[in-house]
Amino acid sequence: MSVDHPIEPTRRDFLLIATGAVAAVGAAAAIWPFIDQMNPDAATLALASIEVDVSQVAPGQSITAKWRGRPVFIRQRTDEEVKAAKGAPLGDLKDPVARNANLPSDAPATDENRAAPGKENWLVMVGVCTHLGCIPLGQSGDYDGWFCPCHGSTYDTAGRIRSGPAPENMAIPPFEFTSDTTLRIG
Amino acid sequence: MSGHSSYVPTNRFMRWVDARLPLPRLVYDSFVAFPVPRNLNYAYTFGGILSLMLGIQIVTGVVLAMHYSGNSALAFHSVEQIMRDVNWGWLMRYMHANGASFFFVAVYIHIFRGLYYGSYKAPREILWILGVVIFLLMMATAFMGYVLPWGQMSFWGATVITGFFTAFPIIGDPIQQLLLGGFAVDNATLNRFFSLHYLLPFMIAGVVILHIWALHVTGQTNPTGVEVKTKDDVVPFTPHATIKDGLGMVVFLLFYCWFVFYMPNFLGHPDNYIPANPLKTPAHIVPEWYFLPFYAMLRAITFNIGPIDSKLGGVLVMFGSIIVLFFLPWLDTSRVRSAVYRPIYRIFFWVLVVDTIFLGWLGSRPAEGIYPTLALIGTIYYFAHWLVILPVLGLVETPRKLPASIAEAVLGPNYASGTAAGAAPPSGSVSAPENR
Repeated sequence: MSVDHPIEPTRRDFLLIATGAVAAVGAAAAIWPFIDQMNPDAATLALASIEVDVSQVAPGQSITAKWRGRPVFIRQRTDEEVKAAKGAPLGDLKDPVARNANLPSDAPATDENRAAPGKENWLVMVGVCTHLGCIPLGQSGDYDGWFCPCHGSTYDTAGRIRSGPAPENMAIPPFEFTSDTTLRIG
Repeated sequence: MSGHSSYVPTNRFMRWVDARLPLPRLVYDSFVAFPVPRNLNYAYTFGGILSLMLGIQIVTGVVLAMHYSGNSALAFHSVEQIMRDVNWGWLMRYMHANGASFFFVAVYIHIFRGLYYGSYKAPREILWILGVVIFLLMMATAFMGYVLPWGQMSFWGATVITGFFTAFPIIGDPIQQLLLGGFAVDNATLNRFFSLHYLLPFMIAGVVILHIWALHVTGQTNPTGVEVKTKDDVVPFTPHATIKDGLGMVVFLLFYCWFVFYMPNFLGHPDNYIPANPLKTPAHIVPEWYFLPFYAMLRAITFNIGPIDSKLGGVLVMFGSIIVLFFLPWLDTSRVRSAVYRPIYRIFFWVLVVDTIFLGWLGSRPAEGIYPTLALIGTIYYFAHWLVILPVLGLVETPRKLPASIAEAVLGPNYASGTAAGAAPPSGSVSAPENR
């Protein structure tokens, strides 16, 4: 039949391609709900602001709050720990960025940028190792900060990654002290 | 290999079936008359053993699912009920848990047998690649199954392994949230893992059928690596392979039962009898033993490589350690299949075995002191084996002289002297009765 209709596209070719395109788009649209259903559902997304009473946390003590299914370390650091964190030269840090949700994303990882504003002894951070999500152990490791037992990442007293496979400093969540003894996270 | 069918229906009913759905013919041609090399040793029985283990896992798994609850509030408790209350529940669970381990014992022997005898070489590349696909599916299935008891190791293993995906820039976090159904491992994660853990074994069974199909197109390799040339090189699958596979299965099951009945928790981790706690990571997380070599490679990368940070580097190395197997048929440049005739490759093969076991041992150690450095050395050697040693060795190694045929290798040179190239041997030159 191609003798009568050489290379010239016919109306039938057009219909075939147009139908195929519509079918492909339709198939993709039909697949999407089956993928998207796996994403976090409304109940999981809903929310996430918690208030924590920190009046009982003495210097050198920590508490752990649960926020979005993950632990948040709230620690009133000792003066020695703050001094150690301030003493670390920025050039020694594996991750030079503060990772503080309350600051611009390029803020340097100084101790001031990691600690609570105006309360340099207080450190509030998501207690999840940035390597593969384990919970680091407090006040251990080479820097007396945190040590992740899973793969050996070591964090200093400001929660900054110093050695091991983790790529980033532990995250500081959005938070503020609503009073001297109350902390709101999220 | 897939020659003419020799199936002859024996009665009117079978003729009637054969004309409509020749399933009996397929079974006869595949598992009765199918010709197998006459020199297969017991290393070749693990394919059959693996099929048996898949069957055991599916049967015990379906039974366990009748009593298990895929909900984070109930899962741990339901597993304890299976152990204490359900009739024979302890047996089903121990068979299933140890069955996973023995599945991997068998698959590792099966893989190393393929490496030793060069089973991946042309024309068996697709057969090999399908095997690697099965291996990956097995790993995914085993990982998700280990999460279901919802103990501490379940929870933190799931956290670490889904954390792999966060290593990828930009798309990493959304992918992890898609897999978890949340921001951390939780009920949504457990529920979907249960669903997928039930699905994947049937996908494995599907790929196994393709694997066997590919095997029956090319025929089996054998310890000499010489292709089958005449009918004197082969014996019928039944009774020869059937009986040999059967004995292999019995011996394998003896070891399996020894673990199931006398040391059912030896291969498990005691921390998994502690209910999952999202706020406390166990002091020392280890995966199941069959993942340890890969785990060691993940942890070996503790430094940034240019733009690739240490975390992404570790994840890429770990996935790469299996992806490289897909390319093995083209990485090995030697035209000789079997290590029996490759004196230098044979040494490197055993060094690889030792290196893999060494990495496995390192994976069980804490990530401190000298261990990460040793793991890095082991990892470098592992990749050097595939990417440097195999390509180069094929070019420089002088293989030993291959036998002219399988029959000559088995029956001696006297057999060959009476045989013109390609022609059938004179009758009486072989003594095996099945060749009458």
